[in-house]
Amino acid sequence: MGIEGIGARVARKEDRRFVTGAGRYVDDMVVPGMKHAAFVRSPHAHARIKGIDVTAAQAMPGVIAVLGGRELQADGIGNLICGWMIHSKDGSPMNMGAWSPLATETVRYVGDAVAIVVAETKGQARDAAEAVEIDYEELPAVTEAVAALEAGAPQIHPEANGNLIYDWEIGEAKAVDEAISRAAHVTRMRIVNNRLVPNAMEPRAALGHYDKAEDHYTCWTTSQNPHVARLVMSAFYNVAPENKLRVIAPDVGGGFGSKIYIYPEEIVCLWASKKSGVPVKWVADRTESFLTDAHGRDHVSEVQMAFDADNRMTALKVDTIANFGAYMSLFSSAVPTYLYATLLSGQYVIPAIHANVRAVYTNTAPVDAYRGAGRPEATYLLERIVETAARELGVPPAELRRKNFIREFPYQTPVIMNYDAGDYEASLSAAMEAADYAGFEKRRDEAKARGKLRGIGMSCYIEACGIAPSAAVGSLGAGVGLWESAEVRVNAAGTIEVLTGSHSHGQGHETTFAQLVSDRFGVGIDTVNIVHGDTDKVQMGMGTYGSRSGAVGMSAIVKALDKVEKKAKKIAAHLMEADEGDIVIENGECKVAGTDKTVPWFQVALAAYTAHNLPEGMEPGLKEGAFYDPSNFTFPAGCYICEVEVDPDTGKTEIVQFVAADDFGNIINPMIVEGQVHGGIAQGVGQALLEGTRYDPGSGQLVTASYMDYTMPRADDLPSFQVSTSNTPCPGNPLGIKGCGEAGAIGSPPAVINAITDAIGTNDLTMPATPQAVWSALKSATRH
Amino acid sequence: MSKVEMMVNGRKVAGEVEDRTLLVHFLRENLGMTGTHVGCDTSQCGACVVHLDGKAVKSCSMLAAQASGSDVITIEGLAAGGELHPVQAAFKEHHGLQCGFCTPGMIMAAVDMINRHPGGLDEKTVRAELEGNICRCTGYHNIVKAILAASGQMSAGAARAA
Repeated sequence: MGIEGIGARVARKEDRRFVTGAGRYVDDMVVPGMKHAAFVRSPHAHARIKGIDVTAAQAMPGVIAVLGGRELQADGIGNLICGWMIHSKDGSPMNMGAWSPLATETVRYVGDAVAIVVAETKGQARDAAEAVEIDYEELPAVTEAVAALEAGAPQIHPEANGNLIYDWEIGEAKAVDEAISRAAHVTRMRIVNNRLVPNAMEPRAALGHYDKAEDHYTCWTTSQNPHVARLVMSAFYNVAPENKLRVIAPDVGGGFGSKIYIYPEEIVCLWASKKSGVPVKWVADRTESFLTDAHGRDHVSEVQMAFDADNRMTALKVDTIANFGAYMSLFSSAVPTYLYATLLSGQYVIPAIHANVRAVYTNTAPVDAYRGAGRPEATYLLERIVETAARELGVPPAELRRKNFIREFPYQTPVIMNYDAGDYEASLSAAMEAADYAGFEKRRDEAKARGKLRGIGMSCYIEACGIAPSAAVGSLGAGVGLWESAEVRVNAAGTIEVLTGSHSHGQGHETTFAQLVSDRFGVGIDTVNIVHGDTDKVQMGMGTYGSRSGAVGMSAIVKALDKVEKKAKKIAAHLMEADEGDIVIENGECKVAGTDKTVPWFQVALAAYTAHNLPEGMEPGLKEGAFYDPSNFTFPAGCYICEVEVDPDTGKTEIVQFVAADDFGNIINPMIVEGQVHGGIAQGVGQALLEGTRYDPGSGQLVTASYMDYTMPRADDLPSFQVSTSNTPCPGNPLGIKGCGEAGAIGSPPAVINAITDAIGTNDLTMPATPQAVWSALKSATRH
Repeated sequence: MSKVEMMVNGRKVAGEVEDRTLLVHFLRENLGMTGTHVGCDTSQCGACVVHLDGKAVKSCSMLAAQASGSDVITIEGLAAGGELHPVQAAFKEHHGLQCGFCTPGMIMAAVDMINRHPGGLDEKTVRAELEGNICRCTGYHNIVKAILAASGQMSAGAARAA
C-alpha cells in the first residue's frame, strides 16, 4: 500500500488550514461592494398574508432594497420542488404543494420566508426586517403528522387533500397477514422516531453576485452538492441558464444532509443581487437554522413481527406515518420510502414483509434526509422490536438475532434490496467480545450494590449506501442520475490534480482521494491536489451524501486513473523501447519489469507535454476523465453494543461503554473511518438521550430553537468509543468499499434504548430518553 | 459609534465601530480575521473563543468596546513563526477535527485549559472542561485524545524547562 497509499493511517492534508484559522467558509467571503441581507420570516405557523407594507423599512438607515414574493414571481423565478416522484399505491402521483421561495399568499410554518431586506450592514438589514409590516390573518395549525391526518385538521396545501402527500406501500400485504395469523408469537409495538435538527456547526449561508457586464451569476453557498444546486436553480427555478451560473461551495462546516437541498435563501440572494445591483450575502443565525434547515426523522409506526414456534421470523408488518413539514424538500419523498422501507429486512431472513407509508404535511419546518436518512428509522424500528421479542420469548437477544441472520450471499430481500456480501456473525461476535458481554451480569450486580441500574443493549444494523445505479433510481422516481465524475490531470512536471464531483465538508477527501493516487503511482500525497466544490472547475458531479463519496466518487477516480496509467505506460514503454505490458509504475518511477530500466514519473509526464517523442499517433497531454455509475447499492453492516448505568433517583443515564464493530469493506484511511464512526455514534446517542425537537402544538412555535433549549451532545455526555472493523469487500465497485459516513448514526440509537430499557426493566420508553423520561418510565414500571 | 484600540496577535489595531459591535464581529469584519467563527447566538457553541489578556473568552459575548485596551490572541496568532502550536499539531495528528468549523474555538479553549492545569489533565477533566464547546463531527473522541496528548507534551516541556 505504501506509506501514503490505500489503507494507510495518514494525517489529513487539509488540517493545516483549519487548525490555523485559514479555512474559508461562505461567511468569510468578501466581494467588492457586497451588502448584507436579512429575511423577513413568518412568526406564525399558518396564516394568510393580507398585506405587506415595506414603506417604513425602506426608509430605515442603510437600506438598499426590500423585496417580496410577488416581484420574485413576476421575474419568473420558479417554485421549489421535490425531485423524487413517488406514486401512491392507487397509482396516483404524490400531491406536491406549491413552495414559493418567498411566500405571497400563505405562510405555512414559523420561519417561512416572506421578504428579503438588503442593507449596508447586517445590523441595519435586521433592523429593517423588523420594520416590514405584514398583516397576517392567523389560521389554525397542526404540527404532528398523526393529528394532521385526522378529519377536520387544518388543510395546509390545496393540492394535498387531508394533508396526505402519498399513501405508498411495498411488499406483500396478504402474505404478511397470513403469516401473522399463523404465528406462534407476534410482538407488537408503537415506535416513534423523534424529529431532529441536523445542526451542522456552520450555519447555512449564501452570497449571490450578479455581474451586470457579463450577465453572469456567482453563488457561494454552504452546499454538499454545488453541481446539483446549479442544475436545479437553472433548470427548475429559472434563476439563470447553466452557462451563466457558477456555484461555489468552498469549505463547508458540516452538512449531515441538511446542506444537500437547495433552499429559498440562495435563490433569493442571487435574484436580489440582480434586482438591487449589489452582491448580497446572507448568513443564518442559529435560531434561523433551527427554524429553517431541513429537519430529520419524525416517524410514528405501528409494527408487528411474527415468529414460528422455533423463534424464526416469519413476517414483519409496518405502518408508518412520516411528517414532511410544510413543504416537500428536495429529496424528502425518497427518505421514508426507498431509503427506509427497503431496509426493513435488516440482517435477517424475513420471508414476508409489508410496509405502508403515509407522508403528511404539517405546519413545521420541512423534513428531509439527515445522516442515515430512512435507514436509522428502519434500524431503530427493527432492532427495538427484535430486542423486545427476545425479552417476550425469553431468549437471549444475541441468540434470537443469530438464529435469524442471513448467512448466504447474494441475498434477495422481499423489499427490493439484493445484499451482495456480509458476515453478520463476525461483527456480532467481535462486538460481544470487545464489550465482555459474558461478564455483564457481574457488572450489573456490582452496579446494583452501588445503587445504580446497569443495562446492556445491542443493535445489528444494515444500511444501503453508494446510491445507486442511475437507471434503477430513475425507475423508482429519482429526478437525477446518481453516478459520479472524476478527472485526473497530470501536470507537465508530474504533480497531479484530481477533479471530483464529490464534495468534502469534513470527510477528508483531500487526503483519502490523494491516497488513491499515491497508491497507484507511488507519488507522495503532497504532490496531489484535490479540486472540488466549484462548477467552473469541475464540470459536473452529484455531490456527497448517503456515504457515496468512497463507493461512487472514488470509483470514478479509479476509472480515470486506469486511463492515465494506461497512457503513461505506453509513453514509458516508448521511451524505454520496451513492451507496454512489461511496464510497472511504483515509487514514482516507471520500470521495465525484471530489468533495471527505469524512467522517473515526472519525465513520463514531461514527455506527454513536450510531445517530442511520443508513440506514433498519440495525442499530447496526460489527462483523463471518467464517469462511474454503480452497479448496485453497497451494504455496510455491523453490531453496536451499549452499556449504561441509570441513576434510579434522577433517571440520568450514563453510557459506561460503547462498542462498535462495523464491516465497511475495504478501507482507504482507518483514522478517518474511525472518526466518521465516532461522529455518527455521537449523533445517534444525541438522538437517543438528548435531542428533542418540540413544536408547541397550539401555536406551532418551535420551542427548541437554540442551544439553550435543544440539547446538543457535549463532551461530558459521551464516553470514548471502542471501534473496530471486519471486512467483507464489496464486490460491486473496484475498491471494494461500502461507505462509513452514516453507520454510527444508524446503529447506535436502538443499542442505547435497548440498554436503558434493559436497565430499568420496562420497555415503555421513547427517545430522547432524558432523565425525566427515564425516571417517569421507571416509576410507572414493573420489572420484566 | 465607539473608538476601539487593542493588540491583536501582537499587532496594534484600531477602529471605529457601532456601539453594539461584538468583539467577534470586530475581528471578522473590521480586521478580516475570519479564523474566529460564529456558530450560535447564545454563547453556547464556543466556535468564537479567543484569548483576552491571557484568558479564554467567547468573543460573541463581549462588545468590541469592552475589549478595547486588551491584548487579544486569536487562532491566527497561535502558531509562532509558522510552527504549529503543540495543540494545533495534536489536533492534526489525532484527527481531532473534521469540518474544521468548531476547531479554532476548540483549540483556543484547549490551550487555555492546558495552561490552567500545568500538572496535567485526565479524560474526565477534559470532557468536563469542554462543556462550552460544541462539535457536531467528531463525537469528541479524538478531540479529547488530542488535548490529552498536547497536555502531556506541554507538561513534559514545562518540566524540562524548570
